[in-house]
Amino acid sequence: MIELMHVSRVVDGRTIVADVSLQIASGTILTVVGTSGSGKTTLLRLINRLVEPSAGTIRVAGRDVRTVPPDALRRGIGYAIQGHGLFPHRTVAENIGVVPKLLSWDRNRIAARVDELLALFRLEPALYRDRLPAALSGGEQQRIGVARALAAEPPILLMDEPFGALDPIIRGQAQDDLKAIQKRYGTTIVLVTHDMNEALRLGDRIAVMDRGRLVQEADPTALVGAPATDFVGALLGRGDRAFQLMALRIVDDLVEPGPAPGAPIMAGTSVRDALAESLWSQRPALPVSRDGVILGRVTRATLEAQGACP
Amino acid sequence: MSVSRASIPKAALLVLLVAFLAAPDAFAGLFRPLAPAGTPPIYAQTPLLTLAVNHLLLVAAATLAASLLALGSAIAATRPAGRDVLPFARALANLGQTFPPVAVLALAVPIFGFGTVPTLIALVLYGLLPIFETALTGLESLDPALLEAARGMGMTDRQRLVRVELPLALPMILSGIRLSAVIGLATATIGSTVAASTLGEVIVSGLLTGNTAYVLQGGLVVSALAILIDAGLRALEAVAARRAGSHA
Repeated sequence: MIELMHVSRVVDGRTIVADVSLQIASGTILTVVGTSGSGKTTLLRLINRLVEPSAGTIRVAGRDVRTVPPDALRRGIGYAIQGHGLFPHRTVAENIGVVPKLLSWDRNRIAARVDELLALFRLEPALYRDRLPAALSGGEQQRIGVARALAAEPPILLMDEPFGALDPIIRGQAQDDLKAIQKRYGTTIVLVTHDMNEALRLGDRIAVMDRGRLVQEADPTALVGAPATDFVGALLGRGDRAFQLMALRIVDDLVEPGPAPGAPIMAGTSVRDALAESLWSQRPALPVSRDGVILGRVTRATLEAQGACP
Repeated sequence: MSVSRASIPKAALLVLLVAFLAAPDAFAGLFRPLAPAGTPPIYAQTPLLTLAVNHLLLVAAATLAASLLALGSAIAATRPAGRDVLPFARALANLGQTFPPVAVLALAVPIFGFGTVPTLIALVLYGLLPIFETALTGLESLDPALLEAARGMGMTDRQRLVRVELPLALPMILSGIRLSAVIGLATATIGSTVAASTLGEVIVSGLLTGNTAYVLQGGLVVSALAILIDAGLRALEAVAARRAGSHA
């Protein structure tokens, strides 16, 4: 649980973050979205005291962060940034082991944790452990960056545009990985992005920042359905709202009994992808299957209805 | 380190230098045409080996002192609290470099007397700037995202300096030390004018007696030392650069 209470940061008379209050429940992902200069990165850095607030209180797990020495606080909070920030003079294993080493874990425990994380990110430990970052692809470097942030099993992970430098295909994979890992460890994640689609895809809740102010904080469906200001609407891109909504929902709850022709779609498919398939293959209804068993069908009319303003 | 083709001439030079210093009289024939008739062709007042060792020790001591001072100042100047010191430190290092070593000797002798001390002071002052400037560049040109990541992970200021900044800046710092050492090797010869025991003694003696063979002996030994030390430190830099992950 992270709580921000009336937090402001003013630098040389300029307000970077203005009176933001937020609560981030344990085990959830909050995405913070805004244009550059909106104060979203500063908001993130306030949580691990890379910058200090001018006013207000920040609590992590019930403790005021000002009562914890900054270095100790940061060792307990994972931190991943755009461009990964890997140490070029350290091997992959040494990079991942930085925080455990700062926490004086014994050597065997660090080695075991490094291998566990490499395997988790589908990087063969024996192959990658001793490489230097320069010998990795961009996508691999990014994965090591996230693995490093997770190394000491932090309950909280702060991420600043972690996927910003990745191409769209690797980016999608990295987002899926993050969701899976978040589920597995129950980590509380605060992720800053300027990409609304990324924010919608990853966030259990989304906070929109504009010129230092928190203009809306809502779950994805509510945000798309009722943007609080024109700025939020502009970030969403009004023309896409129906499809954004459909991308957030899956077909599972819409399945009805009955036959439908052609190849089935899988349970868990988003409404948006299902509708696209229905249009593409010119089928007014699609069979839905889970683990090879046909559950029933979804009709195009049901799918279309999901795009309506909630 | 594997022996590359380029290191063969250096190895030959090293063998030649050691042979000459160990048994200079064996080379007497080479220098006889250059020495005035009736004078010994090889400088024999003090053994050349003794002078070479003293010369090296003096330069090593001066380079070490200059390295510690310059690196310490560069580290201090790149800390948040040290920003104000930077212009002052830079001015001081510049002054040290631009002030002629001969003038330093002239000023230092009345205070410290003749001998090694004034020469050491002149060499230290003269050697500060290259190390200070390269260390500063090395420390300032680090990727800010790296330092941010280090801070975000909970490294203390000291851990950041020792584990991240210095190892990454090391190749640059070493190149400054190399420049300083090579300049110092040549400059140390003037120490003999104030009675410091260096290879300059051979050159000065040759100049006073019109003995070109002595001048050449002193000059050649200093050059050979400079070339070999330059090569050795360059190899060290290459190792440091590899450690800093700048290859591949």
